[in-house]
Amino acid sequence: MLKIEKLNKSYGVNKALTDVDLNVSEGVVFGLLGPNGAGKTTLIRIINQIIDGDSGEVYIGGELLAPKHIELIGYLPEERGLYKKMKVWDQMLYFARLKGLSPQEAKIKIKYWLEKLEMETWKDKKIEDLSKGMAQKVQFISTIIHNPPLLILDEPFSGFDPVNAEIIKNEILELKEKGTTVILSTHRMESVELLCDQVAMINRSKKILDGTIKKLKSTYRPEVYSVTLDQLKKDLPTEWISKEDEGSFNFTLPLSGKKPNDLLNELMQYGQVSRFQELIPSMEEIFIHQVKSTENG
Amino acid sequence: MDKIWLVIQREYVSRVKKKSFLLVTLLTPLIFPAIMGVFVWIALEEEDNQALRIIEVVDDNKLFFLESSEQYAFSFSDLSSEKAKKLVQDGDRYGFLHIPEFDIEDPSGISFYGEENPSMSLISYLENNLRKKIEEQRLFESGIDPKIINDVRTKVAIKSITLDDEGTETVSDATVNYAIGFVAGILIYMFIFIYGNQIMQGVIEEKSSRIVEILVSSLKPFQLMLGKIIGIAGVGLTQLLIWIVLIGTLTTIVTGFLGMQMPQQQAMELANPELAQGLAQNTDMGDILLVLSGINYIQIVLSFVFYFLGGYLLYGALFAAIGSAVDAPSDAQQFMLPVTIPLIVAYMGLFVFVLNDPNSTTSFWLSVVPLTSPIAMMGRVSYGVPIWELMLSMGLLIVGFLFTTWVAGKIYRIGILMHGTKPSYKTLWKWIKTNN
Repeated sequence: MLKIEKLNKSYGVNKALTDVDLNVSEGVVFGLLGPNGAGKTTLIRIINQIIDGDSGEVYIGGELLAPKHIELIGYLPEERGLYKKMKVWDQMLYFARLKGLSPQEAKIKIKYWLEKLEMETWKDKKIEDLSKGMAQKVQFISTIIHNPPLLILDEPFSGFDPVNAEIIKNEILELKEKGTTVILSTHRMESVELLCDQVAMINRSKKILDGTIKKLKSTYRPEVYSVTLDQLKKDLPTEWISKEDEGSFNFTLPLSGKKPNDLLNELMQYGQVSRFQELIPSMEEIFIHQVKSTENG
Repeated sequence: MDKIWLVIQREYVSRVKKKSFLLVTLLTPLIFPAIMGVFVWIALEEEDNQALRIIEVVDDNKLFFLESSEQYAFSFSDLSSEKAKKLVQDGDRYGFLHIPEFDIEDPSGISFYGEENPSMSLISYLENNLRKKIEEQRLFESGIDPKIINDVRTKVAIKSITLDDEGTETVSDATVNYAIGFVAGILIYMFIFIYGNQIMQGVIEEKSSRIVEILVSSLKPFQLMLGKIIGIAGVGLTQLLIWIVLIGTLTTIVTGFLGMQMPQQQAMELANPELAQGLAQNTDMGDILLVLSGINYIQIVLSFVFYFLGGYLLYGALFAAIGSAVDAPSDAQQFMLPVTIPLIVAYMGLFVFVLNDPNSTTSFWLSVVPLTSPIAMMGRVSYGVPIWELMLSMGLLIVGFLFTTWVAGKIYRIGILMHGTKPSYKTLWKWIKTNN
């Protein structure tokens, strides 16, 4: 769906993007991760043709990015903005028309979404009279009103209470089911684990890793096992720092180059193995670890 | 193009629908005639109700006679200064005019005592009468009968006729031309300022509320800027049109209602009878009609519309650029100077040079340079301008407008996405030079 090759952008002496490559497959939720100021917003703005890159190419559906692609993208920026004095209905109509919908199409779509999210009663209210969460919903609908095949959401859950965040999350998943490709830029790792199929991580203008969540988790697993032993036959080696709990001993062991089966055999000599489980890193741990290691290196 | 049209519609509709637009549009033309009407009414009332003011005149020369009017009566006496002043202090007399014995060659020492400051019109009435009498006296003393002077006095009114290349003669009148240039120039000046500011406010609103990021993901910043400028121009033209219709109707009603007793005329007569007479003679209805029919209305109206829009577009783009560079209206001040100075130069130039001497070199340059031409040229058009000068000025205005829009577009494109930094002129220059 979206392919980026060797994209560079700098503001004066500051590099915002350095040789960034990205490949977003069709129909996935793609997480774009990175600390503040890493270059995520610049990347998103380039995809949205708000600014131009200095060098490198962006392809959408195999075609070099061109003005006509604007209508294929729905963009929800991190900093939300609506006309405070405009009514909900007029506002949605304006955004839909700017994305190329005819007035008839736009009206049908707006009606559909207002009903779906139970907002029909607000349609004649001005934005300034709505709560923040309500305004966020209006903004979300305005973003997806033209059925874009590519949706770019920058921190979509900020400003929502848990109930509404859930509603939005389900809408995103439903859109994905219908074939929409979603690029999700966020700091909230729990939503990344829940929603994303692929991720890419950007730090200090460079892409530092990418891949599917499964692949990343296996690549970055620490090769450490968490073990529980019962009915101890002999004393444990002193370097295995364990915690005793009513006759059960809990501790973690690194593989240290061994195979898991060998480690298990070794453990069985000490007693009954009631738990032998590999530690899986959370995306958050991978994120923090990678950011730190690129910053130190 | 479709998208610009959408922006134009939104800018236009959202402003015209506002209650404040309706109020300002309807009340402004009501306010001016209303204020005028109230003034006229008060002046008329005052004149009717005013008690006769008696002025004590002590003329040590026994030479002068002042005719009493509806407002003022003059009582001549030989009272001493002290006694006369006492009368004023006691409120028995409105004022006391003391004419001490003086040398007829060099009259001095005439004083007016009053409990309050006398009006301009009273003082000039007194001065005129005394001067006339002294002049007559001096003529008489040098052996000329004042009567002869009166008989010899002649009124001359020059009818000014302009000749064009084909020999067509048009009667013109500088006063009418002056008025047309004056009104047109001021209207353009006000329009640029008021609506230029609206453009700036609109841009700042979109920038600070971050809508702009969504907008520019749907259309080019340049389209957004142009749409806004044109949409607001539409609002301005609508307002102007409503005002013209309303003011026209109201003035007709007000003047019709109050009749022709305009107090200015009376005040003028009291102050300067000769001038008033002269005016009355010059403003012969037939002549006025002749002058009015001699004006090239089509040219004036077309140039007005052209300069009205051209000037607005030229400055509108600059106002948009300023709005895009700052985060809040209060920050805009530092960039306003380069925009306001040429406007004020044009405005001052209109009064100091153009309207007084439309064909001077300064007037020529003011009316040709794009930054000042929208205002200055209107002052010349009503007097008649060589067609090549008009074409040059219009051509340069189009070039100027394209240039400022291009420059503004470059600043706007980057400025609207910049937050938290206060740009300097240097950064703006950098933005203009940046290609993407």
